[in-house]
Amino acid sequence: MAHRAQPVAAGLAAAALILALAFGTLGAVAWRAEGFGALAPADWAAIRFTVLQAVLSATLSCILAIPVARALARRNFWGRGLLITLLGAPFLLPVIVAVLGLLAVFGRSGLISEGLTWAGLDPLDIYGLPGVVLAHVFLNLPLATRLVLQGWLSIPAERFRLAAALGFTPADTRRVLEAPMLRTVLPGIFAVILLICMTSFAVVLTLGGGPKAATVELAIYQAFRLEFDLARAAKLALVQFALCGAAAGLAFAVSSPAGMGAGLDRAVARWDSATRHARLADGFWLGGATLFLLVPLGMIVAQGLAGLTDLPASIYAAAGRSLVTALGSAALTVGLALPMAMAACRLGPRLGGAVQAAGTVSIAASPLVMGTGLFILLFPVADPVALALPVTALVNAAMALPFALRALATAVAEIEAGYGKLADSLGMSGGIRLRLVLLPRLRRPLGFSLGLSAALSMGDLGVIALFADSSQATLPLQLYRLMAAYRMEAAAGAALLLLCLSLGVFWIFDRGGRAYAEA
Amino acid sequence: MLRLETLEIVLDGFRLAADFSVPTGQTVAILGPSGAGKSTLLDVIAGFVPAASGRILWNETDLNGLSPGARPVSVLFQDNNLFPHLTVAQNAGLGLRSDLRLGPEHHQSVMDSLARVGLAGMERRKPATLSGGQRSRAALARMLLRGRPLMLLDEPFAALGPALKADMLALVADLATETGATVLMVTHDPEDARAIAPLTCLVAEGLVQPPHGTIQLLRNPPPALRRYLG
Repeated sequence: MAHRAQPVAAGLAAAALILALAFGTLGAVAWRAEGFGALAPADWAAIRFTVLQAVLSATLSCILAIPVARALARRNFWGRGLLITLLGAPFLLPVIVAVLGLLAVFGRSGLISEGLTWAGLDPLDIYGLPGVVLAHVFLNLPLATRLVLQGWLSIPAERFRLAAALGFTPADTRRVLEAPMLRTVLPGIFAVILLICMTSFAVVLTLGGGPKAATVELAIYQAFRLEFDLARAAKLALVQFALCGAAAGLAFAVSSPAGMGAGLDRAVARWDSATRHARLADGFWLGGATLFLLVPLGMIVAQGLAGLTDLPASIYAAAGRSLVTALGSAALTVGLALPMAMAACRLGPRLGGAVQAAGTVSIAASPLVMGTGLFILLFPVADPVALALPVTALVNAAMALPFALRALATAVAEIEAGYGKLADSLGMSGGIRLRLVLLPRLRRPLGFSLGLSAALSMGDLGVIALFADSSQATLPLQLYRLMAAYRMEAAAGAALLLLCLSLGVFWIFDRGGRAYAEA
Repeated sequence: MLRLETLEIVLDGFRLAADFSVPTGQTVAILGPSGAGKSTLLDVIAGFVPAASGRILWNETDLNGLSPGARPVSVLFQDNNLFPHLTVAQNAGLGLRSDLRLGPEHHQSVMDSLARVGLAGMERRKPATLSGGQRSRAALARMLLRGRPLMLLDEPFAALGPALKADMLALVADLATETGATVLMVTHDPEDARAIAPLTCLVAEGLVQPPHGTIQLLRNPPPALRRYLG
């Protein structure tokens, strides 16, 4: 009772800020739309493409994840742990870097096209729907695999022993043990990936485009940046919010499993997988998935090393701006997430749940909608272009908040459950409790949250594309401009630099949190 | 004197009533089966759980409404009695100042209390490097420094072996005698009660019975205690 009475104002203020950011910007957009005329044919085409590419990407990611996860679940091999760790990496990988890597393999001048040309065939052309879906599968297959693997490992080992004792065939095992698990986990995974692909911007900006391959998110950008048609941008922003809200509602309704779960480092003994056919199949899927994930990254490193030496000075300046923006965004994320986590813990399940829900609203929000709304709100009072970097940091912080809040809220709840009574009995409250109890015990999740939000912001190519002029460009935007100008060698160098910086900031914060996390 | 005046506890359908007094300086065992409400009773006295009705009086002052830190109470929990990221000296020092801004005289008091409980020389150690018994001693050192007149012990030695538990109970008895503190000690082991508590309250069937002499109670147990002892 006593600790619940402690001030929760900071947490409530942070929640209010996020709600204002999500709904206030939407309100500004709605106000600017000045009545909603009928959607133009191009708008309907964008809606259809958004849904089509998201459904295809989510479906393919889920289908391909099943055999890869099954192979990982039932095989023990050298490098298995490393491969599972690598499956977590695409989450931190800047999307624009992934696109460049995919182009190096699947593009018109990529590895596969060179082989096809050598054999006298036409090179590949992945621009449009195939490229968008390919990139989304590349980015989301690892996530889907980890989540399906978690489902597989949640089946108690005793059931597989029982299946072996009862003489189950592989088909029996699939029907009795595996299919029910997949029916439970796949809808949630599908919904999460659907939502991610709905809000994807950088992939469609680089690999889509044109009237046949524009998503709503890209159409907002084009209406805003190229046509400066604020009314159309506003109308599309509302459509995007409705689409994302529906996808988020679907994701929550089918309750997606936890993404970063532990315990993936063990393989379950299986007696139905000792056949030569099963071994070959597992080898095929594991080898294929590894190549699919590693070759594009390897190409980035190989090509980037050559271009790294003669990068233009503007790239280093952009890298500096990205770093500052990422650090600002990380500080903002944690500055919002920590008081919200503390307030959520102190307010109990109902009110605390509402605070946490407010923190996850941005899952359904589109960064471009937020950016458009902020532009409309800022325009009368300040030059939005001059504020491009702070606005980018703020929107990035809002987008990273759900992940940081989840990590911190769980940790704060555990600390309060373990040491709350002791702290209460010693009269430790307010700043003293924060300094002596919470912060020392939160170092690990704080380091993770800072690293994650900094890395996500570092690689973000979203709202910055709306606002920035050439003097404000971040590294992902400069990289995009190099790609658009077909300066592929410099682009590869910039991509490698961006990759190193993104993974580097995550590593430094995450390691820092671990190194000083005591006892 | 501690007085629980027509105290009623209601928690998720569970009800417990208490109406009795404990003279100052007494050590009382709270004995009863699992789930009877022994720990809940201590939680209410410590201020972690509100009472549904009735009063908790310490020397005629009503404790209801006071935060746990403002009550004349020190608590030893079943576990998590020390902050793992703080040193032994810092954990003990929290008994003097919760912000740990300790002056030289405070440091001396911390050293003295650690020496009193047998932890001299271990000031800089972290709890993870201590044995279970040493951790209990560190928590007792903090309790000593806190100097509150009512000590609430919620089975803090349950995880210790018999010999170590006997040592810790003897140390608690010594500290209570030295400081004149009133002790309420939750236990499910009649031997603990026999070891240090002249009085015992039986908690069973939704009622905390007033303190009885421990020896007589265990020699001639009432039906509820007989059922528990088996």
